[in-house]
Amino acid sequence: MPSASQTIPIFPRPAGMMLRPLPLAPLSAALSMLARRVVTRHPGLLRRLGAHDRARFLIDPTDLPLVLCLEPRGGQVRVTAHRQAPRADVRIAGPLAALLGLVHGAYDGDALFFSRDLVIEGDTAAALALRNAIDDAELDLAEELTALPPVLAGALRRAIALAERRTGVALTRVAEGPAW
Amino acid sequence: MVMETVCPAGTPAALRAAVEAGAHSIYCGFADETNARNFPGLNFSREEMAAGVAFAHARGAKVLVAINTYPRAGAAPLWHRAVADAEASGADAVILADPGLLAHAAEHHPGLRRHLSVQAAAANADVINFYADSFGVKRVVLPRVLSVPEIAAINAETDVETEVFVFGGLCVMAEGRCSLSSYATGLSPNMHGVCSPASHVDYAEEGGELAARLGGYTIHRVGKGEPAPYPTLCKGCFTSQGATGHVFEDPVSLNAEQLIPQLAKAGVTALKIEGRQRSRAYVAQVVRNFRAAVDALAAGRPMPEGMLARLSEGQAGTTGAYRKTWR
Ligand code: SF4
Repeated sequence: MPSASQTIPIFPRPAGMMLRPLPLAPLSAALSMLARRVVTRHPGLLRRLGAHDRARFLIDPTDLPLVLCLEPRGGQVRVTAHRQAPRADVRIAGPLAALLGLVHGAYDGDALFFSRDLVIEGDTAAALALRNAIDDAELDLAEELTALPPVLAGALRRAIALAERRTGVALTRVAEGPAW
Repeated sequence: MVMETVCPAGTPAALRAAVEAGAHSIYCGFADETNARNFPGLNFSREEMAAGVAFAHARGAKVLVAINTYPRAGAAPLWHRAVADAEASGADAVILADPGLLAHAAEHHPGLRRHLSVQAAAANADVINFYADSFGVKRVVLPRVLSVPEIAAINAETDVETEVFVFGGLCVMAEGRCSLSSYATGLSPNMHGVCSPASHVDYAEEGGELAARLGGYTIHRVGKGEPAPYPTLCKGCFTSQGATGHVFEDPVSLNAEQLIPQLAKAGVTALKIEGRQRSRAYVAQVVRNFRAAVDALAAGRPMPEGMLARLSEGQAGTTGAYRKTWR
């Protein structure tokens, strides 16, 4: 399990710039659909969020020119993409690779936080609940994509494959850490 | 005999990761105030506990259920139910701290093995033997304030198995007796299962520095690029009588890997890893490392080199009180 900041790849600037003209509305719709599917398949996620399922989470991939606002809304999950950060209860910021690595179990949240690769501002309890809920769900975003409408899934999958090639970021679940 | 590794699981996914990484035993708790790691998003429902026990047993591992806070007056049934549900789930033992709850478990669940939690702060052979005679306690988790010779002295005077912490966050103020968190937040490890709870934590970037506050008190500030410990009260940087520093404790984490042979010689049965609040990735990595270490010891091979430093809080390790060098 890599956890040293030197090993966390940063999304290359030119690739990040390519995302700049991306239309936000369809991206938000696709991500919301993906999030709703994830929550349906992993009901434990909402249960673990508990009272924090009404919080607004700002997910800020610091190497990308956009931020995501995640609102679980008690199950009516909504994800919106923004160029400027909207108001939220908590901001979770770090390189895209660190955020995805957390989701896929490649990194440990506390270790990323101690090394300051991850920054949390605002409602720390909500951030912890989300982190723990996601860690327990053993998500694989690539696998979740398969249930989206083919056009959307295809577009997101191509974007992911490109990102993986460009950054070396783990975008599929890490089943086992290295044996040592 | 191979020393037993006792490994943390805050979630079913972490439990499975620990078992697959070779843990002999897993400790975990229910998602309520009966458990001293009552953190947001963590812990087990009754169904998850039963499934976790079945998963562990199918792979030859044990599950120990921590019910190690002190029952609130008038609310004891919550704790009693937790003990009954732990037994019903097939757990191999419960880890208890409160003498009243121990008495209840001994009377109503005599077949359920009882371990004494570190929260009970049993730090000498007399009190350990008292718990064994009175409540049939079979194992004691020793507080993190003892040196290796002190642990050996305890083992010479008791038949109760001893379990000691070897890795993870440190809480050394004679556990179960620290009121720092209550003072700043009104919530304590002993009563609510939380120390320096996240609900009272606030981080803020201020002029290039990261300030970490607990209940409105600034616990520490760190500059850019410096490691950022969680604002646990005892690990804060304070100004007292004109001097500024870590008044209670340095923000380091315990790593007693290299002391394992000495702990074995001192008669220790089981090695405990702290970290039910950590991710499944962390748990798997630490467990794999400690399992390799106890296997090496049993086979007469040298201890493997430590590789866990970067996972530590403050990213600095200490052998804690085991090698005593108090200021
Ligand atoms: S403040 Fe420190 S010593 Fe006190 S209970 Fe919390 S971790 Fe333990």
